[in-house]
Amino acid sequence: MTAAERPLLSVERLQTHFHTRAGVVKAVDGVDLTLRRGEILGLVGESGSGKSITGFSILGLIDPPGRISGGRIGFDGRDLVTLPEAERRRLRGKDIAMIFQDPSMTLNPVLRIDTQMIEAVQAHEKISRQAALRRARDVLVAVGIPSPDERLQAYPFELSGGMRQRIAIAIAMINRPRLIIADEPTTALDVSIQGQIIHEVKALCRQTGTALIWITHDLAVVAGLADRIAVMYAGRVVETGTTAEVIRNPQHPYTQGLIASVPSRETRGHRLYQIPGMTPSLLNLPPGCAFSARCAHATETCRTAPELTETGAGRAFRCWHPVGDRR
Amino acid sequence: MLVFVINRLLQSVIVLLVMSVLVFVGIFLIGDPTAMLVSPEATDLERQMVREALGLDRSMLVQYLSFMGNALQGDFGRSFLTGQPALQLILERMPATFELVIVAMGFAVLMGVPLGMLAGMRPEAPSSRAIMALSIFGFSLPTFWIGLMLIMVFAVQLGLLPASGRGPTVEVGPLKLSLLTLQGWYHVALPALTLGLAKAALLIRVTRAATREVLPMDYIKFARAKGLPARRIFGVHLLKNIMIPILTVSGLEFGQAIAFAVVTESVFSWPGMGKLLIDSIITLDRPVVVAYVLIMVFFLVILNLVVDLLYMAIDPSSREKVRD
Amino acid sequence: MAAPMIPAAKTASPRRLLMQRFAESPLAVLGLGTLLLLLGFAALAPWVAPQNPYDIGALEIFDSQLPPGSVSEFTGTTYWLGTDGQARDVLSAMLYGMRTSLIVAVTSVLGALLIGTTIGMVAAYIGGWVDAVLMRIVDLQLSFPAILVALVLLSVLGQGVDKVILALVIVQWAYFARTARSTAMVERNREYVLAARCLNLGSRRIIFRHMLPNCLPPLIVIATIDLAHAIAAEATLSFLGIGVPVTEPSLGMLIANGFEFMMSGQYWISFFPGMALALLILAINLVGDHLRDILNPRNAQ
Repeated sequence: MTAAERPLLSVERLQTHFHTRAGVVKAVDGVDLTLRRGEILGLVGESGSGKSITGFSILGLIDPPGRISGGRIGFDGRDLVTLPEAERRRLRGKDIAMIFQDPSMTLNPVLRIDTQMIEAVQAHEKISRQAALRRARDVLVAVGIPSPDERLQAYPFELSGGMRQRIAIAIAMINRPRLIIADEPTTALDVSIQGQIIHEVKALCRQTGTALIWITHDLAVVAGLADRIAVMYAGRVVETGTTAEVIRNPQHPYTQGLIASVPSRETRGHRLYQIPGMTPSLLNLPPGCAFSARCAHATETCRTAPELTETGAGRAFRCWHPVGDRR
Repeated sequence: MLVFVINRLLQSVIVLLVMSVLVFVGIFLIGDPTAMLVSPEATDLERQMVREALGLDRSMLVQYLSFMGNALQGDFGRSFLTGQPALQLILERMPATFELVIVAMGFAVLMGVPLGMLAGMRPEAPSSRAIMALSIFGFSLPTFWIGLMLIMVFAVQLGLLPASGRGPTVEVGPLKLSLLTLQGWYHVALPALTLGLAKAALLIRVTRAATREVLPMDYIKFARAKGLPARRIFGVHLLKNIMIPILTVSGLEFGQAIAFAVVTESVFSWPGMGKLLIDSIITLDRPVVVAYVLIMVFFLVILNLVVDLLYMAIDPSSREKVRD
Repeated sequence: MAAPMIPAAKTASPRRLLMQRFAESPLAVLGLGTLLLLLGFAALAPWVAPQNPYDIGALEIFDSQLPPGSVSEFTGTTYWLGTDGQARDVLSAMLYGMRTSLIVAVTSVLGALLIGTTIGMVAAYIGGWVDAVLMRIVDLQLSFPAILVALVLLSVLGQGVDKVILALVIVQWAYFARTARSTAMVERNREYVLAARCLNLGSRRIIFRHMLPNCLPPLIVIATIDLAHAIAAEATLSFLGIGVPVTEPSLGMLIANGFEFMMSGQYWISFFPGMALALLILAINLVGDHLRDILNPRNAQ
């Protein structure tokens, strides 16, 4: 495989476990993901499915009692799991950047915006303050912030939520990373701003060739954004494929449930579908398919964990009784 | 902003007035004011003269006003022992106390903040538990006890440091300072350590609590996600946020330390205004006691005001709240 | 992440449950044991002390300043912890001194608890300007260093055990008032208080029979920790020579008496009373810290 064909990111059998007093919580338990350069992946799942932990694991920001206990994270030919912390730090913010969920919490309240942007540049490059400030200004313009000079002088509390999230995006983009991990960056915002931000981030990534992992619980959000989708459930990827295939022809009953619960023109006037039951506790998860307790198609076979079934290039699911062809 | 400052100033003036009334009532009305203002050896004639001079036949309001009028002009009466004006006596001793307290608070901050951060970063580590256990000692044991133990070990057993006095002083304008000589630092070491330990213990607790509150914040994680070196995350992002409670507490504790210097100065015979207060209380030198109390009240009220204003200077969002 | 479920406790009486939870911390149990031991010795001082240090006639003046473990050449008694400048047995003086220290501290804390709680609960129940004025006074009082207030009070009041107690009550009541008020403010809006009001019960009855029992846990914690403060404050005042009179020496005064001898290496006169004082304060703190952990409603679940 040449460097050009090699995927930018390949997560293999990643396990991130939290060793609590009550037992081991297997938040991420064998996740596989692949991402090519410039590709946009939607990572979908309920809260507690391990999607955010997967994102933080890639960045190397798992705090005790959590620990990456297995698997590998290949990034541009290097394994991030075994990479020494000093080198991981050099990757963070430079090659892999992250955008967080709540913009009111991500910017340091006692530091001005210019300080927080300049330090992001200077952490990775020997560059003068003026040059870093110029770059900060350019990125603010790129993410659509009016009168950037004023904003640079401001403290976070002086800005609106949407503005803050745009600045967080600008900080993520400031070093032209090859991968951005966005952890539900629009859920805390007004609906009107959500759409704008999604559109802008997509455009910027396409423009700069940046790969993007968009983590969300909302299938509708990624439908119009992502090239490919990976659906997570209870610490595992249960289905993956191109956006069109996954949405048009879901194989896993859970994916099907998710799609059915998105409101659309057809469901108008009808009661929305709801997946029965609750997300299982990740503490002492029983063996077998984690979804079986909520699944209408579950049988005895589901007592053993299903392996990943690949049905084509980049198309796979983890289920004994795929539902896609029964329609 | 300006409105807030004026408001705060007005509040301070009101507190000062209330306290002056309390001191007036406490010192002049409870008990025999002549007994308090005249030395016990005075003759009946002298007592009579003082009574007339004080105008005790006049109404309480008039008495209070003349008391305040004199106080505002810096006239708190004269010491029975030396005959010097009480205010002058206290002002002479003030530099010694401030030297002691500044060194003690400096030690407390330099010791308490890093240890508190350390204990806050790894709350479960044995080193953190040891720090916290030590802080309980420093926090609960009386200052004079700590001073005694330090004297026993460093002055008596090891003979390393002097246990009393201030050492030679250097005159800088009207001030007599001892910190300009090496001997002065030798002398200040034990008393400052004694006074500072309790404050360090308090700052450890405050810093630890603040650190534990700030560390799980998203903005710390975001700072890490930016790839900032640990030095910058802890030295700027964490420190600037925990600085707000630390500075507030340090400022208020500065006032407490000046009060507690009374004890430390007595243990180490440090010639500050605290030692003067104790000596004056024991020798019934009332004018000096009254002067000390009023000066301390004034100082503490000003300190509270300064801490409030400082707080606004550090916390940008508090300025916003005030503006609203 | 899913929070681990805490198994529901088996039905046990609250007191038993409290004792069980208290026993979880070996340090706190050690503290309580030490505290009870010291309290016992202090209470029984007249019976367990080898000598009555107040009985001048029993003192053998040539036995003064003897190091620990010395045997008197006159009476044949052993001075386990040595003797002081007046030939008093340090151990006996210490036990009697602890008694004085504890009497002063416990009385003053109880007084402050009573006054402070009453004021705090009344402020919370009545509210309005009464509350505002009372709390301003509390704020004012708390912004001035307690030791200074006590010193000035004693300089006006004069010496004496009762004066020290009074001064300590005055400097401590505000803490209790503040705590009582803040807990009572929460309780005031609870259903049972509303119900009692609807029943037209008198204010006094509502405050003391209905609200007080629910406000007690935090007050008990404050009182425990404050006991240590009171002991330290009394010792400090007496050490400075403005606390208890010479005729009823407390630990602080014994330490002060031995201070001059310390410079010449006769450490024991100050050292042992000092250790007793430290042990007492630390034991109370261990108990108080743990009590706070288990009585804090935020930690209970």
